[in-house]
Amino acid sequence: MKILVITEQRQGKWNNASFETLAAAEKIAKETGSAVTAVVIGKNISNLAEEIAAKNLSEVLVVEHNLLEAYTPDGYCVALKQVVASAKPDLVLFPHTYQVRDFAPKLAAQLGKGTIGDCIDYRHEGGKLIFVRQMFQGKTVADVTFSGEAPWFASFQSGAFRADLLTANPSGKASIKAFAVDLKAEQIRTKPLELFKEAKSSVDLTQAPIIVSVGRGIKAPENIAQAEAVAKAIGGELAASRPICDEGWLPMERQIGSSGQTVSPKLYLALGISGAIQHVVGMKGARTIVAINKDANAPIFEIADYGVVGDIFEIMPALTAALEKAKSA
Amino acid sequence: MKIIVCVKQVPAKDAPLTISGNWIKETDIGFEMNEPDSYALEEALRLKEKHGGEVVALSMGPERVKQTIKEALAKGADRGIHIADDNFAQLDPLGAAKSIAAALEKEKADLVLTGLQSDDHGFGQTGVLLAGLLDLPHATLIMQIDVSDGKMKLKRELEAGWFQWIECPLPAVLSIQSGINKVRYATLKGIMGAKKKEISTIARESLGVTTAPTQKIEKIYVPVKTKKTEYFTGTPQEIAAKLVEKLKFEARVI
Repeated sequence: MKILVITEQRQGKWNNASFETLAAAEKIAKETGSAVTAVVIGKNISNLAEEIAAKNLSEVLVVEHNLLEAYTPDGYCVALKQVVASAKPDLVLFPHTYQVRDFAPKLAAQLGKGTIGDCIDYRHEGGKLIFVRQMFQGKTVADVTFSGEAPWFASFQSGAFRADLLTANPSGKASIKAFAVDLKAEQIRTKPLELFKEAKSSVDLTQAPIIVSVGRGIKAPENIAQAEAVAKAIGGELAASRPICDEGWLPMERQIGSSGQTVSPKLYLALGISGAIQHVVGMKGARTIVAINKDANAPIFEIADYGVVGDIFEIMPALTAALEKAKSA
Repeated sequence: MKIIVCVKQVPAKDAPLTISGNWIKETDIGFEMNEPDSYALEEALRLKEKHGGEVVALSMGPERVKQTIKEALAKGADRGIHIADDNFAQLDPLGAAKSIAAALEKEKADLVLTGLQSDDHGFGQTGVLLAGLLDLPHATLIMQIDVSDGKMKLKRELEAGWFQWIECPLPAVLSIQSGINKVRYATLKGIMGAKKKEISTIARESLGVTTAPTQKIEKIYVPVKTKKTEYFTGTPQEIAAKLVEKLKFEARVI
């Protein structure tokens, strides 16, 4: 089998999820006796190609073009369609990034193929690859297989594989080949403009040793004060899952998850957070995780060290009182 | 501007899920508009209020999804399209998108909006696939839309707090990021008015999309726990006391 990994960089800097996907590809290759080709796409990327060639791959394809300097879905689809058609891989893997979400399904569809996106794992059983992905916001997982002929397209959720398990190239260095693509300016219909960050956030949650985080279970903005009291009593920063910030109940800068901050505090207290993957990727590195949720099947309990199945509105005031008492003792 | 919003109906957030084969048991649970799609609908309504035109709510699925279309009409959409298919849940993303694309082709919309992803399958592919199938430009994770002179300036969310402005011509397909706006509630007047609005139904099989599925959900199951969780029970006070003790003396994090 031949595996093609489409890596991701922006302005010459890697998206580290690329290495996680390369690690996944290495593992699949080992189990299936496959060869892995990595694709680096952009402009002025030869140093990135050199860096990646030191990893356990058989080949690096460098897809360089002036029109690929900034990402556009049209430019990437036109270029990568040519790469896939020429390389003839069986499996095309992507890191499941915001950029990949933006073009991978279209690239596959142009070749008449489907994409199994956002996978958290895979299994190789009876000569067949089974991809594992969450459904129903993480309350269930699904085994998904490809139907029909290769190539098959799949993306792996960030954190699904460990980048540090990617090994060095046994022969020192993989071969690096330039792949020339035919791409014209008129094929790119959207025009990328400046990249920017919103006003610098005043809270850097990544540095907080203790985080008290609220989810949908908090129900109404006026209830946030109860969580704030817990945070104050425990000496932690208040944070939230995306829906709470979408509602405007807490500012976006306090959001934890794939579109917010990624944190690894020593203590993470999840109040009324169900634990959808988009949230979990932002906090699963916490040393100790406490989950309080009324739904015993909430996926947050899968990663919790301590769990309480119960009503946060009963637990929050009791916990605040117990923390105050412990402090004064 | 003619705007079509794709809205999906999904199990209600608090619905107890019972797994049945490669899907869930749909009897005895409530359904609601997929939350990410409600942001797309709101954005469509705001664009119409600003630039005029028409908002069409499109949904695919069994008869019950008409309720979600009605909700969109009550909030201000002008008419609805229902692609009827009792086995919608079994379609792969490409098959679903091909069916929607076939229905959209006749409509010639200026703008097609979708939500970020659905809360049930969570494929998150429909908007991008529609753009590919209809050969339209597209952008995803949109946090702001400014329309002028027949084109759009869009604010696109990237990861880790980054954003990007992009220019996009019309017609186009956009996938809206959740949180772009504050979603309105339907008014009583809106609910009454919706009764007079048209919902046209198209049988999915009549769209002539017969391609073989590209992927198959073999089975779904409750995730296997990998971490050992210590649970506390008792009165809230007992639970709180035990938790504080564990955090202080066992985990040593406070």
